[in-house]
Amino acid sequence: MPGGENDESYEQEHVHDVYEQIAEHFSSTRYKPWPTPHSFLLSLPPGSIGLDVGCGNGKYLSSNPSLFILASDRSANLAAIAASNYPRQEVSVADGLRLPYTDGRFDFAISVAVVHHFSTRERRVAAIESVLSCLREGGRGLVVVWALEQESSRRGWGEGDEQDVMVPWVTRKRKDRSRDQGRGSGEADVGEKETEKTFNRYYHLYRKGELEEEAVEAGGKVLESGYEKDNWWTIISR
Amino acid sequence: MKLLTLNFVSCARKACKSSTSSFPLHPRDAELELVEMEFNPQFLQNMLPKLEWEALQIICNELALPTLPSSTPAASDLFESGGEGSSPAQPTQVARDLHKLLLETTIREGLLVCSNCGHEYAIKEGIANFLLPPHLV
Ligand SMILES: [Zn+2]
Repeated sequence: MPGGENDESYEQEHVHDVYEQIAEHFSSTRYKPWPTPHSFLLSLPPGSIGLDVGCGNGKYLSSNPSLFILASDRSANLAAIAASNYPRQEVSVADGLRLPYTDGRFDFAISVAVVHHFSTRERRVAAIESVLSCLREGGRGLVVVWALEQESSRRGWGEGDEQDVMVPWVTRKRKDRSRDQGRGSGEADVGEKETEKTFNRYYHLYRKGELEEEAVEAGGKVLESGYEKDNWWTIISR
Repeated sequence: MKLLTLNFVSCARKACKSSTSSFPLHPRDAELELVEMEFNPQFLQNMLPKLEWEALQIICNELALPTLPSSTPAASDLFESGGEGSSPAQPTQVARDLHKLLLETTIREGLLVCSNCGHEYAIKEGIANFLLPPHLV
């Protein structure tokens, strides 16, 4: 369970290391932009400059080519995938709590499916705060997180359930015999055509209203918010 | 990393954020590469007022690139002042030069140095890495 003194190493093991290892497979399944971030980006005037914090494979970097987006991800593997897919924008490797951007100059920011990976409330608030501090006066940030209330999904979580959960990611890949030779592989199914590996990622599932509470605690103003397909979203300003 | 980006990034350390010397970061051992990008003068016009012009001048100077005008060009510098014609205004050489500098000139390999704390961030294959070692977080 998170909440110990070493939240950072907890996230390293249960978030960062996992994404680094599943980057390619993850990316191949994450190509369709969600409507809310997509239309948020389309609403911005040409020449706007903004951030995509936790850009993953960069699926929002092409929503509106008249914007300039400084995207970042904690996973170097995902950042490399995003950079090669979307050369028009900028992609860097950065930590959401230590963003390398100048304060108060950005027109917009998005952070989609990222803040729920921080393992304490304090760190989630800090993550929202570091996005907010980059926004200029009047700049708008969109934050999207996974909802606890997703009764209609196959996972079936709902009100009253545990909010701090581990969510498995299963990868299957063909065995590469040449690479495995001479290596003490611990996998049970050596010799099979495919190997299956399960990675567990940590998530904090947000209950209704919680994202707005954290945004306000981070010093933000909530302009708009809503629910879309198992996620809570909010648009905030400084 | 595009030179436009360099106008918006600073040292990632919390302790440096409040210091004016953490911006801009200074390129060192930079290997530049020109990468062609679609030209959009409207984008440039809207971007110009957002730039820290002095920081851009410093970077151009450090990278031994041609000297920039002493202040931010005006929107009117980006388009030819055409006659009465109904055709859209043609972009000027100033606009084309700025496009090339900001969006097409990239640092492919090298370091970015914070002059407040001295920390060096590496750029590899065009991607800057701003993760801090544990003792600097
Ligand atoms: Zn510094």
